Amino acid sequence: MHFTKPSPPSDDKRWRIVEATMRRHGYDPHALIETLHSVQQTFGYLETESLRYVARALRVPLSKVYGAATFYHFFTLKPQGEHTCVVCMGTACYIKGAPNIVSAISKEYQVQPGETTADGKLSLLTARCIGACGLAPAVVFDGEVAGKVTPEEALERTRRWTSNDA
Amino acid sequence: MTPEELKRLVSQGEAERPEPKHRICVCVAAACLSSNSDQVKQALENELAARGIAPECEVKGVGCMGLCSAGPLVAVEPDGVTYQHVTSTDAAEIVEHLGQQPIERLTCPTETPFFTKQYKIVLENSGIIDPEKIEDYIARDGYTALARVLEDMSPQEVIDEITRSGLRGRGGAGYPTGLKWSTVAKAGGTRKFVICNADEGDPGAFMDRSVLESDPHRVLEGMAIAAYAVGASQGYLYVRAEYPLAVKRLRTAIRQAERLGLLGNNICGTTFSFHVDIRLGAGAFVCGEETALIASIEGKRGQPRPRPPYPAEYGLWGYPTLINNVETFANVAPIIRNGGDWYASIGTEKSKGTKVFALAGAVKNTGLIEVPMGITLREIIFDIGGGIPGGRKFKAVQTGGPSGGCIPEQYMDMPVDYESLAVVGSIMGSGGMIVMDETSCMVDVAKFFMDFCMTESCGKCVPCRVGTAQMYGILQRITSGEATMSELALLEELCDMVKYTSLCGLGQTAPNPVLSTLQYFRDEYIAHIVEKRCPAGVCQMPVREGH
Ligand SMILES: Cc1cc2nc3c(=O)[nH]c(=O)nc-3n(C[C@H](O)[C@H](O)[C@H](O)COP(=O)(O)O)c2cc1C
Ligand code: SF4
Ligand code: FES
Repeated sequence: MHFTKPSPPSDDKRWRIVEATMRRHGYDPHALIETLHSVQQTFGYLETESLRYVARALRVPLSKVYGAATFYHFFTLKPQGEHTCVVCMGTACYIKGAPNIVSAISKEYQVQPGETTADGKLSLLTARCIGACGLAPAVVFDGEVAGKVTPEEALERTRRWTSNDA
Repeated sequence: MTPEELKRLVSQGEAERPEPKHRICVCVAAACLSSNSDQVKQALENELAARGIAPECEVKGVGCMGLCSAGPLVAVEPDGVTYQHVTSTDAAEIVEHLGQQPIERLTCPTETPFFTKQYKIVLENSGIIDPEKIEDYIARDGYTALARVLEDMSPQEVIDEITRSGLRGRGGAGYPTGLKWSTVAKAGGTRKFVICNADEGDPGAFMDRSVLESDPHRVLEGMAIAAYAVGASQGYLYVRAEYPLAVKRLRTAIRQAERLGLLGNNICGTTFSFHVDIRLGAGAFVCGEETALIASIEGKRGQPRPRPPYPAEYGLWGYPTLINNVETFANVAPIIRNGGDWYASIGTEKSKGTKVFALAGAVKNTGLIEVPMGITLREIIFDIGGGIPGGRKFKAVQTGGPSGGCIPEQYMDMPVDYESLAVVGSIMGSGGMIVMDETSCMVDVAKFFMDFCMTESCGKCVPCRVGTAQMYGILQRITSGEATMSELALLEELCDMVKYTSLCGLGQTAPNPVLSTLQYFRDEYIAHIVEKRCPAGVCQMPVREGH
């Protein structure tokens, strides 16, 4: 039976990256997770339309695609904020007070870990051990690791992002 | 390719560029990077360029040197000096002192037990070689074990050597590696797979990540030797997507090895072919469990299935599959190079060789260490770790992460090996070792791990999915001063039920942190419940009348 490849949801050029990933795996249904990684890396998150497209292209039921996308914590179905603050909640950081950092930011911005502020400025995320236990508690501000962070310092950093045009 | 030819390949590389007079090695692993070691490296490079001595002196980024708490670390070769807490403003002074008296202010003493009590096999190249240069790895005998195996040894001889070494799986359970290899080798069929488990799940540890970032070729060489021994021609490295640097370095390493004919078709000119592909994990702890990991590579939700059949017989896409941990593979090349008997001479009767630990928490020296099996916890924590800072008292050490337990003071002189740790209610685990002092609340620690297991439960079986949530609920009530003694009894009952009725290791070991803290720190539970008091002052307790 002949299979016609579906076309991407939009003519956004970035879909070519995703198509290249699927082509490299011969549009094998097994390549589902690799493809989702590719979509997320390219677009930052997994939109419903993207999931539909991946399902059609790999001939995997949409329910399975959705199942995988929601099973793995690394995948996110919502766009992330302009800035991200990832608090390490690994054992060493937890013991050295990481929960206080999370609750300080949670309280200041009314967001739970995994959420983004209403204005889309800041996402608060948590991670497991990021390999800097010696400097616990560690926080990653926009990809940059900082060690021995106090709740006050964390707020100072995030306020710089959230107050600049207020 | 013979080992001689390998070496020639190295010497060719050296002919292109003369060996520099001084080499300044800057640690660019995660912990040092977070204290700006990249800026230090840049400043040193600028300094050399400004003085016009860049050709004779070289600045090199290297992997983890171990003593993360003293970072950023900089080592000067061949001067044999290590500097600690270096900032970019120290660059000029460091360059001035090349080949001179070391700068006293910055010198990191390397005659201390932190360095002298370690025994490095897995980490022998970490902090020394440039992880992005295959020449560096080959210059330190890299790939000679693979060349030797292909040249002179039969698959059975390789398996015998590994069996003789007594190596056991470093992924946590400690299954004898030689036995596992021989099962896969004996399995029928022509299609077999080798998988490297780099899904490092323990939330307080980073051994595998450090090995992959500091010395990726070592793992590839181990995998190739394993593939030859069991008869596989395709391998997968399942790495956490949260480790982008490790992924990048592995991709580079695979490309380099393929170019030199050390991976791919007809390796070293023999008929043996082995390809390695990377598969990214996607942040599910349970995917570290072997059957879940296999499901994940197959593009499915990573849920475990009952064993048997074990992956050795029925693994990836139903074919016999060898699955080992990163550190297990990292031990293979040295064992082939130096012989199984050499490896077996290190360690205790049943636990051979060394183990890498990520030492963290309430100790002076935190970082990555490698010690011979059988060393005591006291030696690790008080000699290597330098004891508890701030004049505080040691309380417990947690090993094995969410599947392990907390070990109290009275067992400090116990040797660290698989059996002894199990006897006191913990496990060796993958190598997380978190030291706690009196400011840590043991109930809170148990709650932390239960929260983790509850979040990570894949939901396939009821005891684990519902049981962990129930146990977490009780622990939360205890830590907020709302629980009664009958709930404590219920908690113990649940521990028992979840432990014996869960499908996979996650559920089966989830109660361990609770059980071990109950065993040694029951009084703390009681204080929370009866006196509504947290002895360590961590938990938020209701304010009592009269206070
Ligand atoms: C919940 C769970 C998580 C696991 N996580 C890991 C892991 O992160 N890394 C690992 O190597 N093994 C992990 N394992 C053990 C693997 O199932 C498997 O035993 C191991 O990879 C075998 O390799 P080894 O014999 O070299 O230790 C985990 C097991 C369970 C039950
Ligand atoms: S024990 Fe837990 S993680 Fe393992 S299969 Fe059951 S629900 Fe999933
Ligand atoms: S636990 Fe936070 S960096 Fe390791």
